[in-house]
Amino acid sequence: MLKRFAGWWLAGPATLAVLVFLVLPVAATIATTFGEDGGIFAPYIAFFNSGFRRTVLWRTIEISLATTAISLVVGFLTAYVVSKSPGKLKSLLIIAAVFPLLTGVVVRSFAWLIILGKNGILNNFLVGIGAISEPLSMLYTQGSVIVAMVYLFVPLMILTLVGVLENIPDDVVQASSSLGATPAATFRQVILPLAVPGLIVGAVLVFTGSFTAYATPQLLGGERQMVMGTLMYQRAMVSFDWVGASTIAAIMVVITVAVVLAMSRVARRLNPMAT
Amino acid sequence: MMTSRIHPLLILFTVLVYIFLMGPLIIVLGASVSDTTYLTFPPQGLTLRWFENIFAISAFKRTIITSLELAFLATGLALLIGIPAAYAINRYRIKLPTWLSTVFVLPILVPEIVLGFSLLKSVAVGMDTPIFLTLLVGHMLLVLPYCVRVVSASLASFDFSIEEAAVSLGSPPVKTFFTIVLPNVRSGVIAAFILAFITSINDVSTSLFLTGPGVSTLPIQILAHVEQFFDPTIASVSVLLMLLTVAVMAIVERTLGLTFLAK
Repeated sequence: MLKRFAGWWLAGPATLAVLVFLVLPVAATIATTFGEDGGIFAPYIAFFNSGFRRTVLWRTIEISLATTAISLVVGFLTAYVVSKSPGKLKSLLIIAAVFPLLTGVVVRSFAWLIILGKNGILNNFLVGIGAISEPLSMLYTQGSVIVAMVYLFVPLMILTLVGVLENIPDDVVQASSSLGATPAATFRQVILPLAVPGLIVGAVLVFTGSFTAYATPQLLGGERQMVMGTLMYQRAMVSFDWVGASTIAAIMVVITVAVVLAMSRVARRLNPMAT
Repeated sequence: MMTSRIHPLLILFTVLVYIFLMGPLIIVLGASVSDTTYLTFPPQGLTLRWFENIFAISAFKRTIITSLELAFLATGLALLIGIPAAYAINRYRIKLPTWLSTVFVLPILVPEIVLGFSLLKSVAVGMDTPIFLTLLVGHMLLVLPYCVRVVSASLASFDFSIEEAAVSLGSPPVKTFFTIVLPNVRSGVIAAFILAFITSINDVSTSLFLTGPGVSTLPIQILAHVEQFFDPTIASVSVLLMLLTVAVMAIVERTLGLTFLAK
């Protein structure tokens, strides 16, 4: 008996932990948004009827899309160079990308506060060289949030894509150039399509990560650039509007799951190695 | 291997990207030793008094200890239940339903901030658990997927016929697990430990809703401190957190690696 169910005994505690402390509480959070007076979708209607909250949702999407797009381009080009680098330099470049990744979100966002502040390094530098006459207010803008988010996610993108680019068989690249393709054509027509599944994985990670971020938009965007994460915190802990916060939580879960599912379907369809 | 030439502009771009990646961290490091009462770079003068100041502020001292306790306990617990789960998923693949391994993908689909808020509602308030315990549950769930997936990945390349050979030669199953299976997935366990520990110690989103009066974690304390004081203490505590990350990587690699090899 014990032997027959050995698999269940071993996997049981971890499975139970996820079901009891993750699935149930999150389901309960989502369920509370449907049990309100004034119709089953009342909290959602209230959310989308509020111009302010619509702006917050739209701003979060904008910031996340911009972060994803910039991280994709920067990450891909850098990963390409890293993957082509000779052995020792390559490991050094990989370590240099891992280190910021392992440094916490708070520390990395705080660094941008020092750089972009009114008396920050960038302002002092620009005033010093005479490019501007007085300090610009760069903090608490959409731009400052995007810069810090790109900083957060570029290492992740580089590491994801170096792995993908290294898995592209050398023969394929050689075949392309021996058949007369220029390096640029090989890059565009062979390497880029083969990297698409990796680019999609990276894009999903960055988009969902920025869409649900809290610390970075809180530090660099503040009240003026409220996003879904900071709005949810404000609803729950400042206004004690738990239904409102739960509604935001539910919208976040739905968008995250939708993006992951949709992109994994696209990835499967676009994978040129799959038949 | 054929080395294709890389366009010089692309190399210049990569150099700039790495300056972008390293610059801010170097600036934090510089600001932490500056002998000024405000944050500046390059540092003016050289002092370690901001590092001393960390320990003069009792909130920092307390939260550093809480964060370390949480990271060790959450990682330990997650490995304790995660390793058997990873083993079961690989060893009994045919007998277990396929949805079982999907369970451990679920935490990745749920935004951390939503997990924290839901735990606040259902566990902290709903079951009236102590703050530290709720934080521990949250952190354990946060790191569990890493533990299961990383250990599972290294078990996937383990040849279970070695284990069967040991058992058929009379070695008890539990002993076999510890003497045959575990040493073979050592690197996976170490990698899972490092990833989980660092994820826990740096976490903001899950802890955000779960900290309370008297009990907080270091990153949450830093967030709260930045909004009131903008002095080099934050830079020095950030450097401390960076050093901790480096130390964990080095220490675990060494000690765990060596003791496992000695067995």
